Amino acid sequence: MASRFFDHGKLERNVSLLGIAALIVVAIGGIVEIAPLFWIDNTIEKVEGMRPYTPLELAGRNIYIREGCYNCHSQMIRPFRDETERYGHYSLAAESMFDHPFQWGSKRTGPDLARVGGRYSDEWHVQHLKDPRAVVPESIMPTYPFLAERDLKPGDMAAHLTALSDVGVPYSKDDVDKANADLAAQADPTADAADLLKRYPKAQVRDFDGDPNRLTEMDALVAYLQMLGTLVDVNAAEPQEVER
Amino acid sequence: MDRLVMRTGGWFALALLAFAAMLAARDSGFSVHMGIVSAVALGLAIYGVRTADYTAFARGLVRMPPDRGRYYDDVIRWGVIATVFWGLAGFLAGLYIALQLAFPALNLGLEYTSFGRLRPLHTSAVIFAFGGNALIATSFYVVQRTCRARLFFPALANFVFWGYQLFIVLAATGYLMGVTEGREYAEPEWYVDLWLTIVWVAYLVVFGGTILKRSEPHIYVANWFYLSFILTIAMLHIVNNLTVPVSFLGSKSYSAFAGVQDALTQWWYGHNAVGFFLTAGFLAMMYYFVPKQAERPVYSYRLSIIHFWSLIFLYIWAGPHHLHYTALPDWAQTLGMVFSIMLWMPSWGGMINGLMTLNGAWDKIRTDPIIRMMVMALAFYGMSTFEGPMMSVKAVNSLSHYTDWTIGHVHSGALGWNGMITFASLYYLAPRLWKRERLYSLRLVNWHFWLATVGIVLYAASMWVAGIMQGLMWREYGSDGYLVYAFSEVVSAMLPMYLIRAAGGLLYLSGAIIMAWNIGRTIAGSPLRVEKPMHDAAYDPAVDKPLIAQPV
Amino acid sequence: MSSYDTLRHFADSWGLVFMGASYLVLVGWHFLPRGRAHSRAASTMIFKDREETEADHG
Repeated sequence: MASRFFDHGKLERNVSLLGIAALIVVAIGGIVEIAPLFWIDNTIEKVEGMRPYTPLELAGRNIYIREGCYNCHSQMIRPFRDETERYGHYSLAAESMFDHPFQWGSKRTGPDLARVGGRYSDEWHVQHLKDPRAVVPESIMPTYPFLAERDLKPGDMAAHLTALSDVGVPYSKDDVDKANADLAAQADPTADAADLLKRYPKAQVRDFDGDPNRLTEMDALVAYLQMLGTLVDVNAAEPQEVER
Repeated sequence: MDRLVMRTGGWFALALLAFAAMLAARDSGFSVHMGIVSAVALGLAIYGVRTADYTAFARGLVRMPPDRGRYYDDVIRWGVIATVFWGLAGFLAGLYIALQLAFPALNLGLEYTSFGRLRPLHTSAVIFAFGGNALIATSFYVVQRTCRARLFFPALANFVFWGYQLFIVLAATGYLMGVTEGREYAEPEWYVDLWLTIVWVAYLVVFGGTILKRSEPHIYVANWFYLSFILTIAMLHIVNNLTVPVSFLGSKSYSAFAGVQDALTQWWYGHNAVGFFLTAGFLAMMYYFVPKQAERPVYSYRLSIIHFWSLIFLYIWAGPHHLHYTALPDWAQTLGMVFSIMLWMPSWGGMINGLMTLNGAWDKIRTDPIIRMMVMALAFYGMSTFEGPMMSVKAVNSLSHYTDWTIGHVHSGALGWNGMITFASLYYLAPRLWKRERLYSLRLVNWHFWLATVGIVLYAASMWVAGIMQGLMWREYGSDGYLVYAFSEVVSAMLPMYLIRAAGGLLYLSGAIIMAWNIGRTIAGSPLRVEKPMHDAAYDPAVDKPLIAQPV
Repeated sequence: MSSYDTLRHFADSWGLVFMGASYLVLVGWHFLPRGRAHSRAASTMIFKDREETEADHG
């Protein structure tokens, strides 16, 4: 310890110095790795068709999160032949650009759901959620009969849309103002949905749970499942990806 | 007296505020949580009034100063009990959800008992409740002994411990009610996250403060690992949980990030929760308790320095290996893979350092069951830190990702490394903290060791086979050019493996129950179990005290 | 585009060099010859209570 020059002994004896050194080391790794991705918006392929979730889809998505579906289902198709054949075109970065939070998942106890929209009928989904083994005997999925029995009460959808606007989802003022009306209109086959469809292209308007008189949690969840992967025409996006 | 009134009034006001929030809540989950907070605050107000030293008030005296000549161990004793309790709860939840995968009827058709809600309960219970309590308790123990100083600000240490328990209760009840942010291992909602941030800053103050007032010139290497664990977890927690609440009276919030950015932030967090919570923190336990139990210094102190810096330099980059072949940019994936592979070296350096500490005393593996447990922990640390880098290679990952192989890998690390080193540390701590001659029974430690080891082997082996089988079946093509297996066929092929896994979990849980009995008897001060003696490290309570200038 | 690329290039070039260099410095210090005694003292520090016992009773 002859030298009083900054040496490891000093670092080791000085707790704040040690803490700062460790934190800098750790922070740089994180910053270098993550920071660039916040400027990545302009490198995500521009794809046609992406739009924010409708209030009903969003309420369904929140039920998907609430029930912990991500624990067993991924929403991220990797570019392998078997996966694209089984689940559809591989997932594009842009397809989850409005997902707060992302739901890519990490485990496939059940199949991937990134493009499950339109693959099965509403009736199938309702049956499957009520009792999975009624339609897939091998399934080990829990049953969710209560979804069909419970009225959808997501709270003030305008507040949800406002919170999402705050984190960058481009909802218009019109969208926010009409959020609660949109929620009900999308599951009501008798409502005039022209305005909804203009603001949310490709939105599916119908009764989803087989009970047109009620707006249930089942309506919302099935509406969400039925729109997954249906917004983007993946084949149109293809040529732009080659540059990557 | 004024202070008592102020404090009680403060708790009561908080209780009232939480009660108002409960009534005004936008959703039932938030309402229940505010009810819990209100009840806790009310309990504290009553506790304060009941335990106040009124005779001291009457005499106009302040309370006698506590004995500064001893270490402050009250909070550590609570920590040991909490670790055992949450360990049992977490293992039981794990066994139950393992059985749910084999017998879906066990989901019971209720929303509160479905796999999707119980799985976060299991992961958080074992990682944050069991692991977190073990880390807090051991760090308070180790930092006092290695600094030869009494804990800084004991009241704050108590706040850290009890505040952390409140965090666990809020998180766990939240999962059951479906209050979740929906990001693995970071599920608690915004207000629970804020609470944890407060508790964590207090933790840093207590730990850092104790190091600052140390009587030793050196900061022992274990404290480096603890400090980096506390600092890094603070950073990860804050960045990853940036959210915008829908209402300040409701539980729901939306992540500040979306899609790719959210995924990378989450796995940067998720991987480093493994790196700094489950690795750095537990390595700190290893660097103190292994030398103490073996009664010889760590094999190479310089190697431990390399281990430390390499680990924190490399770990933080490795997160993207959770996102191979996804929509994450290629450069980030490759960076994650390269750093993950490099990580193998310091990990094995650390393992060798721990094992070689026994150099010259190898017979203790035979004679001392606690040492045996530590050695097994290090062996599993070595095994899972080899398996991890291997699985981060993109080619391997293309097969292993999304399968049960990942689950098996995690558990060989969690059950083998984290579990075993924690059990060993608890066995070391219990007799010393309660001033007992030795543990109630060393033979029961041996039983625990074998039950746990066989349990882990069953678990890891079955999940390894299950994962590879799953991966291969998903991608199998027939000669006709079509996929051979439907997804549902792969699911039914998993059943035997899921049963073996559950059996492994049952053995592991049984071992933990034996530990709870053994430590419970030690705490209760039962007469030592009559058994053939085994070796244990010596302990002299007379010198287990801080170095201070004695007031004469 | 440009800010992303700039940061990225920094990340996988000078950023890495900086990290590597600081790592070598932090570890290297400890391997200077004068670090030996220091290491020994630090590693045996946790047994001071035991030595004290022997001294007390010896």
